[in-house]
Amino acid sequence: MAIEISEVAKGDEGGRRYGPDNPAPVIEPPRARTHRTPRTTRTNFELYGWLFMRVSGVLLVVLVITHLVIQLVLDGGVSKVSFAFVAGRWASPFWQVWDLLMLWLAMLHGGNGLRTIINDYAQRDTTRFWLKMLLYVATVFTVLLGTLVIFTFDPNIS
Amino acid sequence: MWSWVAHRVTGVLIFFFLFVHVLDTSLVRVSPEAYDKTIEVYKTPVVAVMEYGLVAAVLFHALNGLRVVAVDFWANGARYQRHMLWTVVGVWVALMAGAAYPVLGHAFRELFGS
Ligand code: HEM
Repeated sequence: MAIEISEVAKGDEGGRRYGPDNPAPVIEPPRARTHRTPRTTRTNFELYGWLFMRVSGVLLVVLVITHLVIQLVLDGGVSKVSFAFVAGRWASPFWQVWDLLMLWLAMLHGGNGLRTIINDYAQRDTTRFWLKMLLYVATVFTVLLGTLVIFTFDPNIS
Repeated sequence: MWSWVAHRVTGVLIFFFLFVHVLDTSLVRVSPEAYDKTIEVYKTPVVAVMEYGLVAAVLFHALNGLRVVAVDFWANGARYQRHMLWTVVGVWVALMAGAAYPVLGHAFRELFGS
């Protein structure tokens, strides 16, 4: 989450920018550690998750906007979409890889985003656990189904 | 603050759409008829309006996502976050205006004759 810190970034009341000589006020962490908090979580999973959201987001801009332009804008928009149109596109390995990459990145990005949201709002341990299980099952199912469809697509199916 | 709420809401919306979208596309493994029949539904005016809403959500989430990345990685990002928000809104409005005809045009023609 990008914290909205415009007032801090502008500097102190005198308009002086914060820096080593003019340190910004300390922001207390929202959740203090208690005796039940483990000393260390041992991994940097959340850091990598944070980074992944940003890297995949930037890649998805290219993948998704191009996808929308092809499917909804060019050649009559959605009106031209049909089995034959899909067959034409997936005849090319380039678009197969494109769609595969878009599927995996979007599902993992969206899945990780939803994980954050569940962690934010579901307060009871059991609720949080089961919501996340549901999320993981749905995410894995969707990624596998989509991958299978892309790889086993048969233009002469019937 | 509200840009964060909007980012969250659009993110969830897109995720649920993507789930359904993978299911509908997987109909190409059932039969061309099953796929084409479902896609016909997507060509109705009501779904066109929903599609326009989806485009709105994706464009906002994408543009604001780039802003979040800029705030986090660009040294001056936090300083200019407000300017960037207005840039996001401006570009979003322009793109939405541009998307209106391609996305909604066919529904308009169907409702009001060619
Ligand atoms: C089109 C390009 C996209 C960009 C640039 C982008 C960017 C971002 C970024 C930077 C974040 C992290 C925000 C934060 O940590 O505060 C984020 C969160 C999120 N994104 Fe995306 N995203 C994109 C596409 C998608 C797609 C396709 C989905 C759905 C499948 C999605 C769903 C989400 C969700 C659910 C969150 C979590 C929101 C939250 O924690 O408040 N995004 N996005």
